[in-house]
Amino acid sequence: MSSVVTLSKPFYSRFSRHRDTLLAAGAPIVIALVGFAIVLEAYGKSPIATYRDVLQGTFGSVRGFTEVLVIMIPLMFCALAVAIPARIGMLNVGAEGQLYIGAIFAAYVPLNWPGLRLQFMLPLMTLAGFLGGGLWAGLSGYLRAKGLLSEVLSTLLLNSVAGFGLQYLVFGVWHDPNSSNFPQSKPYPEAAVLPHIGSGRLHIGFMLALAGVALFWFVLQKTRWGYEMRAIGGNPEAARRSGIPISWYIVLLFVIGGGIAGIGGMAETSAIQGRLRPGFSSSYGYIGFLISWMSAHNPVLIVVMSFLLAVITSGRDVLQITQNLPGAAVNILMALILFVVLARRGRKPEET
Amino acid sequence: MSVCTIATSETIRTNDSPTPLVSLRGITKRFPAVVANDHVNLDIFGGEVHAILGENGSGKSTLMKVLYGYYRADEGEVLFEGKPVLLESPLDARQLRIGMVFQNFTLVPAFTVAENVALFLPKLKIRLNLKTIASKIREVSEKYGLNIDPKAYVWQLSMGEQQKIELIKLLLAEARVLIFDEPTRVLAPHEIENLMQVFGQLKAHNYAVLFITHKLREAFASADRLSVMRRGALVGTLMRDEANEPRVISMMFGTEPPAIQRDGSKVDEEATPVLELVSVTTSGAAGELHLKDVSLVVRPHEIVGIAGVSGSGQKEIGDVILGLLPHKGVKRFTTHEASRWPIGRLRQHGLSVIPENPLWMGVVGSMTVTENMALADRARYAGRGGLSMNWTAVQQDTAKYQERSRIPMPNPAVAAETLSGGNLQRLVLIRELGQHHKLVVAFYPTQALDLPTAVAARQLLVQARDEGAGVLLISEDLDELFTLSDTILVLCGGRIAGRFRAEETTRDTVGHLMTGSVG
Repeated sequence: MSSVVTLSKPFYSRFSRHRDTLLAAGAPIVIALVGFAIVLEAYGKSPIATYRDVLQGTFGSVRGFTEVLVIMIPLMFCALAVAIPARIGMLNVGAEGQLYIGAIFAAYVPLNWPGLRLQFMLPLMTLAGFLGGGLWAGLSGYLRAKGLLSEVLSTLLLNSVAGFGLQYLVFGVWHDPNSSNFPQSKPYPEAAVLPHIGSGRLHIGFMLALAGVALFWFVLQKTRWGYEMRAIGGNPEAARRSGIPISWYIVLLFVIGGGIAGIGGMAETSAIQGRLRPGFSSSYGYIGFLISWMSAHNPVLIVVMSFLLAVITSGRDVLQITQNLPGAAVNILMALILFVVLARRGRKPEET
Repeated sequence: MSVCTIATSETIRTNDSPTPLVSLRGITKRFPAVVANDHVNLDIFGGEVHAILGENGSGKSTLMKVLYGYYRADEGEVLFEGKPVLLESPLDARQLRIGMVFQNFTLVPAFTVAENVALFLPKLKIRLNLKTIASKIREVSEKYGLNIDPKAYVWQLSMGEQQKIELIKLLLAEARVLIFDEPTRVLAPHEIENLMQVFGQLKAHNYAVLFITHKLREAFASADRLSVMRRGALVGTLMRDEANEPRVISMMFGTEPPAIQRDGSKVDEEATPVLELVSVTTSGAAGELHLKDVSLVVRPHEIVGIAGVSGSGQKEIGDVILGLLPHKGVKRFTTHEASRWPIGRLRQHGLSVIPENPLWMGVVGSMTVTENMALADRARYAGRGGLSMNWTAVQQDTAKYQERSRIPMPNPAVAAETLSGGNLQRLVLIRELGQHHKLVVAFYPTQALDLPTAVAARQLLVQARDEGAGVLLISEDLDELFTLSDTILVLCGGRIAGRFRAEETTRDTVGHLMTGSVG
């Protein structure tokens, strides 16, 4: 009888855990890139030339690279908004809507009190953005905690409501009379624009987002609340029976997650648009969802994956300009990544 | 692999035949850091019930999994009717007509019995002929006294009935060697008795029945031969009439376990109870069990044992005490009316719980053993208002608790999900009994434990009682209940069917009340 060498699972994983995590996160992208290459080929474009153009457009110049970092900002905020409730097993598909509501609440401040000084204006806008996104997501959290409505449905459906709410405001009460047919608000006063870093479009929202990620890591790994969150995420029944108030955590983490997406909406409208406009988000909320799941809601990986997906997102413009492809072609790539991520999640680890 | 000629029932020899149906020769199976099976020889004959005895980790499960092709042995060979065969996967074993019933059943609850059986059978046709399968199920069900309705849905059935479906699957797949991994663990007492009768029927029809257990009583009740394993080695095989309790215990453990020490004090009937339920009634969906007018009192220095067939309301009583189940009536915890208290508050006031299913209710599998030790007492280990956790203090307390409990502790650095059932139970016991509590609610505290640890766990409950705690002990093991309890309550169909001082009643009375056979 032949002998088999079997390594027990913990023994094996001790040595390769970090490599495994990176592989698990990176593999979907590689598979999706190969899949997208086939699509490009079918479209009559050279995949190699296309990928080269994207890399040149993003890494080839300071301006292109800065643009990647700029796109990273809302992506990191939205990924955090998904990851925080996800640590206790809650699905937040509503970062997109929370982003909008945050932007709306934040816009209220400069539009109503345009004379405020910068040191009051910006903190107040950040707070308003947090409050808006937090309340919006908190509603879903509350309904879920009470056992009334699945958080997946409510967060997803509220996205449309938030989008229409934003449209209503910029077409109606907040419409700027000077921009005639453009649905947008009046431009924000100088004091309501987040300071930029250097001469490009990069702004201090980047630092805010990184601080958010760092705080998430700290809370999760070091504090009692992070410990309780990991317990709920690991086994809700045991957590409940140990006296951890799960309903309370569901509401709280939706409020915090939504609030962070709200700050993302504030940052984007304030620093990039300088006014409230519909369509300021290129599906950042959904891409954030993708990032969170690709990173297994791990703070460090969220930064890495945000960067990668920011490269792909900003590749959209490159594709339009150099390859004459529709910008939406990138959505195929995103969909492919999502598909691979979900397929891998569905596969259960083998029992030993 | 090449499949040998399949034995038909005529070629199967009986017990006294010199050629065994299956022989294991020199089976050795090594895992990192442990030799699970060490040159094991075992013969299995058709027409016998063979008990494999041993404490947890003695290698009996591994040996059976080698026989089922689930593990490949590092050394040794398997002979089928005297000819060597290669078992590389359960598929090979099934083709040799070796079947296994695992502890965790693989059934689809939303399917009927017939549909579940159809799923298992090879060469499933596109168009299911459920009628044929149903009639076959009825046929074997009648033949072996299984009493299973093929049209019943699995979610409606008890664990014992589900186990029988697993058996029917094997019988319809024409298995001749039937391996049961701890079959009685999930069963109520009357279901155990029934299973032993089924074993008898199978034996009479020339099947070879192998079952793993660590309960002597069951082995003595049904087995023709008993094989005892200790630390991976087969210590010996005894015929039923050669075997007696002291002999088998000394084979299993080397020595006899110590007796329980207790201070012998009487319960003070005047003392303020630590727990009092008055006319507790719960409501639920139709068909679900609910508690009806349950009243009970647990005083300090008292162990109250609850006897009952599984599913008589034990889980519901536990959930009411924990505040997980809304109820009518009064729940008093020490001097407080605590009906609306959240679990966290009960725990802070001195409640400790050993849940019926540690992996599901008591432990977070993805966390380490040390992290799990802090689960029920988080406020104590939180520093700076919650900004940090003091893991050193957790480790120190763990060491202290372990010293007190005299239960061996699993490796603190590994994830709890990698632990065996016995080690999980140890973790929970050390955590919940390591320090003093006012009220201990213990569900099946010795489940999955080897005998020495089970004795230590019982001793720990008595120690908690002697130190002034009130203990509510829920168990299906009447020996355990009678050894430990001051007061015994019998639960039947959600009602308290009887209440006795332990020394004033007998197993017989309690057993009848449990099953509702005598009023």
